[in-house]
Amino acid sequence: MALLEIAGISKRFGATAAVDDVSLSIERGAFYALLGPSGCGKTTLLRMIAGLDAPDGGRIVVDGTDVTRLPPYERPVNMMFQSYALFPHMDVARNIAFGLRQERMDGRRIAARVEEMLALVQMAGYERRRPHQLSGGQRQRVALARALAKLPKLLLLDEPLAALDRRLRAETRLELIGIQQRVGITFLVVTHDQEEALSMASRVAVMNRGRLAQTGTPAEIYERPASRFVADFVGEMNLFEGELTAGFNCLALAARSLGRQVPLPPGTKLPEGGAAALAVRPEKMVLSDVRPAGFAIAAAVSSISYLGGGSMIHFTTERGMLLKAYVPGAASDHLRRGMAVWASWPLEAGVVLTQ
Amino acid sequence: MLGFGFLYAPIVLLVLYSFNASRLVTVWGGFSPRWYGALFRNEAFGAAALTSLEVAAAAATLSLVLGTFAGFSMARFGRFPGRLVFGFLLLAPLIVPEVILGLSLLLLFVACQSWFGWPSRGMLTIMVAHATFGGCFVSVLVRAQLAGFDRALEEAALDLGARPWTVLARITLPGIRPALLAGWLLAFTLSLDDLVIASFVTGPAATTLPMAVFSSVRLGVSPEVNALATMFLAAVFVLVALAGWLMARQERRRQTTPRIRPI
Amino acid sequence: MTGLGRIGRLMLIGAPFLWLALFFLLPLLIVVKISLAESKIGIPPYTPLLANGSKGLEWRGTLANYVLIATDSLYLRAYLGSIGNAALATALCLVIGYPIAYAIARSPSVRRQLLLFLVIMPFWTSFLIRVYAWIAILEPQGLLNQLLIALGLVTAPLPLLNNQFSVQLGLVYSYLPFMILPLYGSLSRLDQSLVEAAADLGARPLQAFLGVILPLTLPGIAAGSLLVLIPAAGEFVIPDLLGGPGTLMIGKVLWDEFFNNRDWPVAAAVAVVLVAALALPLLAAQRFLEREHAA
Repeated sequence: MALLEIAGISKRFGATAAVDDVSLSIERGAFYALLGPSGCGKTTLLRMIAGLDAPDGGRIVVDGTDVTRLPPYERPVNMMFQSYALFPHMDVARNIAFGLRQERMDGRRIAARVEEMLALVQMAGYERRRPHQLSGGQRQRVALARALAKLPKLLLLDEPLAALDRRLRAETRLELIGIQQRVGITFLVVTHDQEEALSMASRVAVMNRGRLAQTGTPAEIYERPASRFVADFVGEMNLFEGELTAGFNCLALAARSLGRQVPLPPGTKLPEGGAAALAVRPEKMVLSDVRPAGFAIAAAVSSISYLGGGSMIHFTTERGMLLKAYVPGAASDHLRRGMAVWASWPLEAGVVLTQ
Repeated sequence: MLGFGFLYAPIVLLVLYSFNASRLVTVWGGFSPRWYGALFRNEAFGAAALTSLEVAAAAATLSLVLGTFAGFSMARFGRFPGRLVFGFLLLAPLIVPEVILGLSLLLLFVACQSWFGWPSRGMLTIMVAHATFGGCFVSVLVRAQLAGFDRALEEAALDLGARPWTVLARITLPGIRPALLAGWLLAFTLSLDDLVIASFVTGPAATTLPMAVFSSVRLGVSPEVNALATMFLAAVFVLVALAGWLMARQERRRQTTPRIRPI
Repeated sequence: MTGLGRIGRLMLIGAPFLWLALFFLLPLLIVVKISLAESKIGIPPYTPLLANGSKGLEWRGTLANYVLIATDSLYLRAYLGSIGNAALATALCLVIGYPIAYAIARSPSVRRQLLLFLVIMPFWTSFLIRVYAWIAILEPQGLLNQLLIALGLVTAPLPLLNNQFSVQLGLVYSYLPFMILPLYGSLSRLDQSLVEAAADLGARPLQAFLGVILPLTLPGIAAGSLLVLIPAAGEFVIPDLLGGPGTLMIGKVLWDEFFNNRDWPVAAAVAVVLVAALALPLLAAQRFLEREHAA
């Protein structure tokens, strides 16, 4: 049985539905990420699981117990707040001990647990510091230790890395994975950063406008997006909109922005005449200065951005559609702005989207 | 909500009873404006009201100048020698019991009079006393608003070549206009309302409205005072409503002005 | 802005500074001086401290007024009565004001503005008149007694006016806004996610209040308490209008000493002792209010 079962949860704020009939199940021990743009309802969903907001309808079951009507202080769930919410009038040790004191755990066990947690987040020796005497990264660790101290069945993390600078974010990401594996607690992370979600989580749920857009492993989400929204939101994407028509010997897409037919991946089975989109990742795009055999689009390079590991090439088709291709290394030695190129991709790399 | 009932019930009852035809609180003698008529024929109240208004207008204006100077200094000059003492001097008159302010100022005026033969006690001394604590109230308001005022506006003006004094007059003061207006009005009302300090520092020549009210109230409930209080409340209500309407209009205007789009 | 020049700065700071030194500090010194004088009939009604005697200029100061205050139990009882009344009023204001301030701070924006306005509004109406309004309510034949009799709760009018009860009621009523405003300031700055974090970590509402909300709003509680305590301790109008023969408050004693007995030196000594008693709370108040400013 799954650790967390959410069935048909909804929440309205005034006229807008923040969370709209979401059902989700999370396996024990998972590192689960809830990904979506700001305002998609992911934080509201998290707060309902914590018990900080009451749902209008639906059920939340944690480890077989229906907690939907339980107040936050009676749920076996703890949360790491986006602002960290460290109590400014208590030192680090008392912050971490706060939840344990509420359980009336005895003093010696509390002290031992606090020490253990500080060691876990590599903050031993900081017991007597006040939150305002800590750096952003240190506060984040204390917040994590405080939320973990009660050994909850489920740990909720609201944008855990958002307040850190870029360098620290990458380091902390790895640490979070390590800590999760060591304590074995199920993590549910809310984030708007797709890179963060894909790199940390074992499973990802993408949310949009209060609804679940897709759930799956990071690779499934990236490689096989289920909708235009997911394709566009997760990573970079070239999207060709058009109508399904019969091609030479298979189905093709009459792409409006190109004014021509584009071949679909072999074996695509969809009724003719419907609207659809073909999504192609920039790293699947192949650019060449001579026309390749088979399908290719004529275009001109409009800009080259060097990104370190590779380069993002923006190019414009004859009809003025802007496309992008990611090529490894510095591309400036063989590509120039204004240069005419041919763009193509392996047909099986495209994804047909009807939603 | 019970708390607000507690705060407002006495005031509402007072207004109601100002229209009671009967002199007694016990009896509701029907609706009547007779006490308003009696109030307007009461010459002692009339003269006292005039004195109070004159004193209050002068005291509020002086308070505004002193309080703006002080509030600006506290908000903008950072650390300067005597800042702590200055802050204390600005705060103390707000909370020190009125009997002490009144008594101490009176003794000062008496001493002055015996040394220099001036000033004789009356409207001038009341005005000076009221300006002292009124200025402290104004400084609190000005300081609070300056703290919320975007200093980048001042820096932009300096950057565009305005001299510091020009910036003060053309950018900063217009920016804190609400605090200046509220400060003047607050100082005015406080002066209009003060009984204790005025009773100490006045001379035989000047009787303010609260003093007249107090001597009649000491004898028990007076319907004329009810009528006076109601008029006072009505005036305050009209002023507040006007201020609210002006602010709402300003807000609307700000919203309908087309914004410059970023290029 | 620092470009106003030395003279500009000197003027902006100096004018109000001088004014306050002249009309607040100097008068307090004169009070001290006169408290050392003896009362006499004449203008001014006190003796000079230095006078020409047989051996030239002589010091004529006396501590007699302070001895009087210390030995006559009237004054001691009045001081204790004032401080007791003020302390009780402060406690009551805190108990009544805290829930109100909390409710305001947690209201949606538009209603919050309205409620705040309702709290501030009494500042703009006459203090004297608001105290006076209670007379009509509390009188033996007043509205409250009529209501109680009409409801059959009592048969004879209760003595509600001119006693300890009415003074206390008047103090709480008049000073409640002074408590609510600083409390509101503290509560509105309180980060709501701290309260949520406490609940999330297993704290029940009462525990969250005692462990997180209360300690974090202590500065507001302190500021509000001092803003009520200090002026209430020296209150004159309320004990005079609502108090009875048993009401002993130092503000009223000072007033009577001055206006009825015309004994200025004793009145001055009473004031000096009161200021000395309030000096510490006053300094504490400045500390807390300055911290509120900084926040």
